[in-house]
Amino acid sequence: MANRHQLGEPVVVVAGVEKSFGAFAVLKDVSLTVRRGETVCIIGPSGSGKSTLLRCINGLVPISQGSITVAGREVNDRQLDKLALRRDVGIVFQQYNLFPHKTALQNVMMAPIHVLKQNKAEVEERARRLLAKVGLSNKLASYPGELSGGQQQRVAIARSLAMNPKVMLFDEVTAALDPETKKEVLVTIQDLAAEGMTCILVTHEMGFAREVADHVYFTDGGLIVEHAPPAELFGAPKEERTRAFLDKVL
Amino acid sequence: MRAGATDLPVLLPYRAPVPIAPTGLVAPVLLGGVTLATFAILFGASVALAQVAARPAGESAVAVLLRWAPLIFQGFLFNILISFLSMALGTVVGVLVGIAQVSLIAPLRKSAWGLTQFFRNAPWLVLLFYAMFLLPFEFRVFGVTIAFPAWVKAIIGLALPVAANVSEIVRGGIRSIPSGQWESAEALAFTRRQTMWMIILPQAFKRMIPPWMNLYAILTMATTLISVVGIQDGLTITRAALVAESRPELMIPMYLLLLLMFFAYCYPIARATLALERRFNVKA
Repeated sequence: MANRHQLGEPVVVVAGVEKSFGAFAVLKDVSLTVRRGETVCIIGPSGSGKSTLLRCINGLVPISQGSITVAGREVNDRQLDKLALRRDVGIVFQQYNLFPHKTALQNVMMAPIHVLKQNKAEVEERARRLLAKVGLSNKLASYPGELSGGQQQRVAIARSLAMNPKVMLFDEVTAALDPETKKEVLVTIQDLAAEGMTCILVTHEMGFAREVADHVYFTDGGLIVEHAPPAELFGAPKEERTRAFLDKVL
Repeated sequence: MRAGATDLPVLLPYRAPVPIAPTGLVAPVLLGGVTLATFAILFGASVALAQVAARPAGESAVAVLLRWAPLIFQGFLFNILISFLSMALGTVVGVLVGIAQVSLIAPLRKSAWGLTQFFRNAPWLVLLFYAMFLLPFEFRVFGVTIAFPAWVKAIIGLALPVAANVSEIVRGGIRSIPSGQWESAEALAFTRRQTMWMIILPQAFKRMIPPWMNLYAILTMATTLISVVGIQDGLTITRAALVAESRPELMIPMYLLLLLMFFAYCYPIARATLALERRFNVKA
């Protein structure tokens, strides 16, 4: 998949970002650049700050030091237009977090209607199209409680896409799923990536990272230990720490 | 390992305990029936006892009770009216204070918390006294005098602790919604207000209903407190009837009559609360 599409200008630029919760430093000087159309995977042991990094990128967690720009907009800014940022950045969580009192279709339609104030008929049409795209045309009227984990996660992806984001963040989206449903979610993400959506994934799916990512970052202890195209990082890791981690998980 | 090759309980296949009581709809009906029958027998026995104990033997106890029953029932209906109105007032105020308790504005949140704690931990009767004696008996607005009768003050007095309890129910309901809901709403750029009204409260509402109904049943029984501050409710009328008849042996059946009315009203509420709780637990 790497280099199949032309990579564009940088969309997400993380430069020297530090984040601490109290005295505990979660991120220590993290920098990375993601270009338009690129698919980036962040791998690493639990607690290495991967999820925090994603939350920093869409401003859910404020950073302590450094700078993050998304489509040229500084995230670490008091004057930040959060609506504009979150229009540009969609995020999908491990626990799906669908709104349980709304149907699949309503879940997808809610934000465009109430946040973006778009026309209801148009939003509904788009929502139906998105749910069809993630393979759930027959589940429009189902409530999250009636859907499997994989189906819920695909609704969550459609819900994020409904905001027409420039970048999609995926935070261990398959970690709570069984192998079978995992597959359907990964295929959905793969399709997105193939269409040229800029994707940043925090994942433990090494096979997926190797196959789909254009670039892979390995993080440990709040630092980026090593980053390279997947063939290189998985095939010939330079750092001892990376090798030790890959030996354990592969 | 073969099943049965162990006597460690955790390793044995799980077997649901055999229900020892009738389940489903039968149980509550049966239980309610038994309780009601107990009350009826007690009531009958107390009437009979009163009849026998009467010195000198006067009018039949049943006749006396029947004569007073409509009036006592009217008084009871007044209790119900008071309970409706204080519940309505207390709920409106309590919901607002409860939402203020999770506000991001610290002074608002803290004062809402303080108010809630104060009125939740105060004796209802004391609050009622305050309302009765501190509120004026009439208002003057733009030269127009508006009367402020005792029963209206009583409603306010009872609404105070109700509001505080509703406030806690609302706060607890909001807090019980997983933080992931807030997070995903924030990621979709919903404002805090939108998140609260469109995403959190609709989910929390379901969880608030059972404790709210429970509170209502408690309030209904507490409305008899207003007889202490001189309002003609069911209890006042019962007591007046006893004084008028001056037959002390009628005391037990007479009060039991009033108790029965309250029981018949509050017991179904308690059952419905339990049923709702169970239903919401199953459909998480």
